[in-house]
Amino acid sequence: MPAVQETIDQVSLIDVDQYKYGFVTDIESDRAPKGLSEDIVRFISAKKNEPEWMLEWRLEAYRRWLTMTEPKWARVHYPKIDFDDLYYYSAPKSTKGPKSLDEVDPELLATYEKLGIPLREREILAGVEGASDRRVAVDAVFDSVSVVTTFKEELKKAGVIFCAISEAIREYPEIVKKYLGSVVPTTDNYYATLNSAVFSDGSFVYIPEGVRCPMELSTYFRINERNTGQFERTLIIAEKGAYVSYLEGCTAPMRDENQLHAAVVELVALDDAEIKYSTVQNWYPGDKDGKGGIYNFVTKRGDCRGDRSKISWTQVETGSAITWKYPSCILRGDDSQGEFYSIAVSNGYQQVDSGTKMIHLGKRTKSRIISKGIAAGRSDNTYRGLVSAHRKASGARNFTNCDSLLIGDKCGAHTVPYIESKNASAVFEHEATTSKIADDQLFYCLQRGLSSEEAVALIVNGFVKDVIQQLPMEFAVEAQKLISISLEGSVG
Amino acid sequence: MLEIRNLHASVGDRQILRGVDLVVPTGEVHAIMGPNGSGKSTLSYVLSGRDGYDITEGEILFDGKEIIDMPAEERAAAGIFLAFQYPLEIPGVATMTFLKAALNAQRKARGEAELTTPDFMRRVKVAAEKLNVTQEMLRRPLNVGFSGGEKKRNEILQMALLEPKLAILDETDSGLDIDALRVVSDGVNALRSPNRSMLVITHYQRLLDHIVPDVVHVMSAGRIVRSGGPELALELEANGYAGYVEAAA
Ligand SMILES: Nc1ncnc2c1ncn2[C@@H]1O[C@H](COP(=O)(O)OP(=O)(O)OP(=O)(O)O)[C@@H](O)[C@H]1O
Ligand SMILES: [Mg+2]
Repeated sequence: MPAVQETIDQVSLIDVDQYKYGFVTDIESDRAPKGLSEDIVRFISAKKNEPEWMLEWRLEAYRRWLTMTEPKWARVHYPKIDFDDLYYYSAPKSTKGPKSLDEVDPELLATYEKLGIPLREREILAGVEGASDRRVAVDAVFDSVSVVTTFKEELKKAGVIFCAISEAIREYPEIVKKYLGSVVPTTDNYYATLNSAVFSDGSFVYIPEGVRCPMELSTYFRINERNTGQFERTLIIAEKGAYVSYLEGCTAPMRDENQLHAAVVELVALDDAEIKYSTVQNWYPGDKDGKGGIYNFVTKRGDCRGDRSKISWTQVETGSAITWKYPSCILRGDDSQGEFYSIAVSNGYQQVDSGTKMIHLGKRTKSRIISKGIAAGRSDNTYRGLVSAHRKASGARNFTNCDSLLIGDKCGAHTVPYIESKNASAVFEHEATTSKIADDQLFYCLQRGLSSEEAVALIVNGFVKDVIQQLPMEFAVEAQKLISISLEGSVG
Repeated sequence: MLEIRNLHASVGDRQILRGVDLVVPTGEVHAIMGPNGSGKSTLSYVLSGRDGYDITEGEILFDGKEIIDMPAEERAAAGIFLAFQYPLEIPGVATMTFLKAALNAQRKARGEAELTTPDFMRRVKVAAEKLNVTQEMLRRPLNVGFSGGEKKRNEILQMALLEPKLAILDETDSGLDIDALRVVSDGVNALRSPNRSMLVITHYQRLLDHIVPDVVHVMSAGRIVRSGGPELALELEANGYAGYVEAAA
């Protein structure tokens, strides 16, 4: 209830045409020249002091990428990207990891403040214990390089490794070698292959056997350098019986040119392990005429490698000019479970093509898909989902529910479900609805004193409630705010 | 409180209100009766500021002020409340959440402090008990899966919380069983006050047995064609609208 009120407050505070996070921080970057070549790949690898095997891995991906073409099947349209006109590496000036907050660039701290990072996290960044017992460790990725890592000590005590992937490559090469590319192979798809060649940095999480990670892990991504492709790479491994909840959230400054983002996230859950991965994505969607905005082409995949393992994706997508994103689960272990909870909001000229793949390989594997698409303005919002059962996946079950809400009559919502079952005992259920915010529903709210912005926020928050409830508590409020902000000006 | 003069309203090229004249002084309860399609609900929507009507002639004075150009939410904050003939459902939004959002939006618009959660809860509890609205109902999404009678009780609950100056009740009695009719009428009567006016739209005398109006109006073909005391309702019950429909045509 307070969350809704806060949403309403937030909505009434904002300025219509102004993207809230539209500012540029001028931390000088040290970056690679424009364009992509073997030399650039070598440059990136050298910048990171990577071992030889890593360089070889990247080069192999790069050579593969040269033979590939961009996928065209998604319902998104954009001018051709000139991959030679982008920078593939940029880093804040001081790349040495600071020991404490005092050593952190004040500009960066100010950036966090402007980003509206929840007070709790700011308190943690400031070293203040929060009111709640729950803690959030922040691994801040600032323009490709991890700058701040807090709570490392406490995590270390639990045996949890949470660090930049570049560090993990140097410090824990055996684990990285074993798992990197094991869920999303370097050959997987155009953007994932590109990412494999040039990924700049990202997070690495390793939870040892039987350990329940003592806090929520979260990372803030932010694109901050003009024309810099962002190629984050995240790898999370939960050993047998381990548990971790990870949240990623991001916003970006206002830009004229389109910015490319092609991240890869790989999750591995072994026997009885559970990984919960939540995303709140709020990148610059472009201005009111549809100019600018981020191109977000992401490959996220989780492998329920062990029996009874569980991977759960929750995403709130409000930003980007184009979203191309299908967090998926490979349900390999017997009795493993995959979940996908998604809210995708599109307004203005945004294009969203998002969904999931649930690949049932093991026996009695279960998956659940709850997708809520909200389209306003002139946007296009597509849910694309695949549920498949392998020959051996006896007793596999899936439940899919896709609801779309339209605001206005110039937007579009589409549902494209693919179902493939090679096992007769698999049971797949699919429900889909499309509704509009009705005039009489809006009037009912207005008659009770709500403004049309408040009314839309309220109705939309009701619509997405099932998914919001899946988010860690401290982020649910943030997510509701983002949704309301992104629907600003969609009625009236 | 409310003065309507020569009000003409149409939707597209269909004229619905054709010169409504109606004055409801402060503290009075007026009933409007009239055949189906005569424009009663339309009048209630036009009074509460719903979009989509062309007001081609006339004026609506509320507290002496012309409100035709005032947006619906401002009219609500100024004290106009409409209990809907068909209350709307809002999936996923708990009734309690909606009530609080509405009350605080109005308070904010009037420059009053928002209620704290405990204050709000206390008020809801008191009002809900009187109307037999259970806590369970308050937790459920607004009007979703509510029975017809529950929806109507919920409307009156909102009215009790929002404490409007002018309450328009559009067929609040339809769909109520005998006990619920009593509960709702008692709820409405409890809200009668020298500072509050009510416009009660109904088809049935039985509601007016409980909520005794000061004046009864007959609406036909978009006009008030006759006004009188409570006895007028009895007469209508006995004779129907036949005479009025002809008179208006
Ligand atoms: N939006 C609209 N477009 C076209 N016609 C409309 C519209 N709204 C109302 N009408 C018509 O105007 C007339 C008056 O409708 P209204 O709902 O006000 O009647 P009413 O007196 O409330 O009837 P009832 O007793 O059945 O509730 C009806 O003929 C109705 O069909
Ligand atoms: Mg009616």
